[in-house]
Amino acid sequence: MNFKLKVWRQKNRQSRGKLVNYDAADISPNASVLEMLDIVNEHLLLRGEEPIAFDSDCREGICGTCSLTVNGEAHGPDHPGAACELYMRKFQDGETILVEPFRAKSFPIIKDLVVDRSALDRIVQAGGFISARAGSAPEANSILVPKHEADIAMEAAACIGCGACAAACPNASAMLFTSAKVSHLAHLPQGNPERVDRVVKMVQAMDAEGFGNCTNTYECEAVCPAEISASFIAKLNREYARAVVRRKLEE
Amino acid sequence: MIGALDSRIPHGPLTEKWSRHKDNSRLISPNNRRKFEIIVIGSGLAGGSAAATLGELGYQVKCFCYQDSARRAHSIAAQGGINAAKNYQNDGDSVYRLFYDTIKGGDFRSREANVYRLAEVSVNIIDQCVAQGVPFAREYSGYLANRSFGGAQVSRTFYARGQTGQQLLLGCYQALCRQISAGSVQMFPQTEMLDLVTVDGNAKGIITRNLVTGKIDKYAADAVVLATGGYGNVFYLSTNARGCNVTATYRAYKKGALFANPCFTQIHPTCIPQSGDYQSKLTLMSESLRNDGRVWVPKRREDCQKQPNEIPEQDRDYYLERKYPSYGNLAPRDIASRAAKEVCDEGRGVGPGGRGVYLDFADAIKRLGVETIRERYGNLFEIYHKITGEDAYEVPMRIYPAVHYTMGGLWVDYNLMSNLPGLFVIGEANFSDHGANRLGASALMQGLADGYFVLPYALPNYLAGQIGKRPSTDHPEFKKAETDVRAKIDNLLKINGKRSLDSIHRELGTLLWNKCGMSRNAAGLREALRKIPELREEFWKNVRVPGDGEDFNQALERAGRVADFLEFAELMCIDALERDESCGGHFREEHQTPDGEALRDDDKFAAVFAWEFQGNGQIAPPKLHREPLHFETVHLTQRSYK
Repeated sequence: MNFKLKVWRQKNRQSRGKLVNYDAADISPNASVLEMLDIVNEHLLLRGEEPIAFDSDCREGICGTCSLTVNGEAHGPDHPGAACELYMRKFQDGETILVEPFRAKSFPIIKDLVVDRSALDRIVQAGGFISARAGSAPEANSILVPKHEADIAMEAAACIGCGACAAACPNASAMLFTSAKVSHLAHLPQGNPERVDRVVKMVQAMDAEGFGNCTNTYECEAVCPAEISASFIAKLNREYARAVVRRKLEE
Repeated sequence: MIGALDSRIPHGPLTEKWSRHKDNSRLISPNNRRKFEIIVIGSGLAGGSAAATLGELGYQVKCFCYQDSARRAHSIAAQGGINAAKNYQNDGDSVYRLFYDTIKGGDFRSREANVYRLAEVSVNIIDQCVAQGVPFAREYSGYLANRSFGGAQVSRTFYARGQTGQQLLLGCYQALCRQISAGSVQMFPQTEMLDLVTVDGNAKGIITRNLVTGKIDKYAADAVVLATGGYGNVFYLSTNARGCNVTATYRAYKKGALFANPCFTQIHPTCIPQSGDYQSKLTLMSESLRNDGRVWVPKRREDCQKQPNEIPEQDRDYYLERKYPSYGNLAPRDIASRAAKEVCDEGRGVGPGGRGVYLDFADAIKRLGVETIRERYGNLFEIYHKITGEDAYEVPMRIYPAVHYTMGGLWVDYNLMSNLPGLFVIGEANFSDHGANRLGASALMQGLADGYFVLPYALPNYLAGQIGKRPSTDHPEFKKAETDVRAKIDNLLKINGKRSLDSIHRELGTLLWNKCGMSRNAAGLREALRKIPELREEFWKNVRVPGDGEDFNQALERAGRVADFLEFAELMCIDALERDESCGGHFREEHQTPDGEALRDDDKFAAVFAWEFQGNGQIAPPKLHREPLHFETVHLTQRSYK
């Protein structure tokens, strides 16, 4: 297959970027969009031009490293799935394909298609954990978790931390990401002791990183490769309200 | 010069060694711990759990990873589960059974004492992970659920859907985040270790490159912990992530750490085959599919281009059922992998490049109905559909073996310390627990055992003698290592040749896959040992690394890793040639039983082969040190699948 590519090139965080045209010729329909970029890069290299920088690692949809916006959609048009799971057979032969980085105010561009998503790590560092010192854990089966609750916790915990939710949101909100972690831990009895503190600190961190607020456009849910439900955002709002009320009552 | 290898296995009965050792190890008091700086390289299950736990204990920890976040380490891709001898199923499991299964699965090429300790602490791992909020699968009662895995007759595997590695990693990533916010761990993502610094023979620091800015930095510490995973990407194509590499362990080897059993690599039989030269990685399909799928290829080469449904029953060769009637399609991993290679070598493989065999569900669908098959394997059929565009309910899957784990690694003693004092090696990066073949669901167990429960006891035992011995980064050894690192980067950027990195790495991978892959023989290994230095020369003459070193430069990152693979590959082949027996994943064609099983030679080779660097190439071959393996508890037997 042959494609015309328009790819975002940007030297570094400070410089201005622009779209540059490339031809991708003789591409197998079974190649992923990342493998197509590998091939384009091979040609660029041999022509003495600088290859396109883009992120990827596991290339099987679980590590959350790849971060392309393809034809205007975070991870491209084949949902659910990360860009590494987007295969060229999903496109028309001869099609023009637009390849951009994830775009959000809190994800500054490092180079070309590579963005800095350390803001997401800082949200987790603010409180997205259970403080359980190694060595102090009780016997595992002494903590019973109803299957239904464990299943919901698992659905929330499936988030791969790619940041597509924020990239797709018109407000660049990280509410789906944050709600997934808050919900995962709030649905487990182990998460109870730190429940109030956790949600308040994580929401504060999210705001401090410059992410926007949720206005219920559901773009996040539509592009999420892990199919995290936007209903967790409602759960986050309830958890936050509960925490604020509880803190007021304790004052 | 290195004297006789001392594995420092404690005396006493097997079942008491670990507790006695803990009782006799030296300690660091809480108010002294903050005086020690510990470097941890890697943030997967081993490195992440180690960094978090050492931070909790009060040490000052610096943790480095090449990924943009600690949460992305490749442990995340593990699907199946984690073993633990909890015996929640009341089906006869015990610490001893988990120990025995692991020793036997490794074809009697691992240390009894290390494996027994692994089985002992396995139960603590599950407790710890549950306390952290890992959402393991549960029964309706709220108790933890289990399933069974290969190489065991009990159900001891804990799991979180098909994402066990991800959930365990998030558990330790979150513990790590807690320590980062508490200030006890400093995290350095997108930072690659490029050299180890030793002072008076002790590991006391590292040289790193910031992958975003290109800045070279020096870090001194009281001890260095390598948790950098395996070297499967030496084959170019593997189920590893693109960035997985041998650089940290290999450069430690060049600084004097011994590399043990590098030829022990595991090749998994059920992966989606390569579909073209452009392909960058391979994807595993769960082995459980072989419960209901039948493996076959056409009897005649000329039928290979036909659609599978055009090939009548009598023209199909169900080769596993034919060759191994008692195990059939559930023949063990190494046997199934080798058999697939054989039929493809005969020209009877299917799909692009003739490197694939059919895994056919037609009979099972006829017998059980399509809904039952969908219930059992629906998500796997979806992954397969996504990657290949084919519907496995209608046409047979195509599968082929692929590299996915490496049992070899840096040599360590019972304390997980290499022969260089102060250099600890944990998880897949060391060699210690899986012998010549790893059982399913045991990699996650080992990574977390090392990080949560072994290193916190082993490390103080070394540190107790090291108070006040941390050097400054102005020490000449740091300057020398930094100069070497800069020179290597400059040399890579200067070549400016005509070939891409990928083309050379692919050539290396193909050579190794053919000569040091699923089966090996002396002639092929000698051929590889002739060709690898030629390819290395081609690399240093003719590769093209664009850009400069002061910038985000992905080609430069990869060039350094490929350069190390090109040296390491030679060590692998030397080891495979020296180990003149078959065992586990190391199948030497010269040594097989009349039925084609691996034939061990316990008199000569019940030993760890640990290699000492002497210089590159023919002029200075590495020096072999043998650590004899003593089996005091288990009886060595021929593994039989008949």
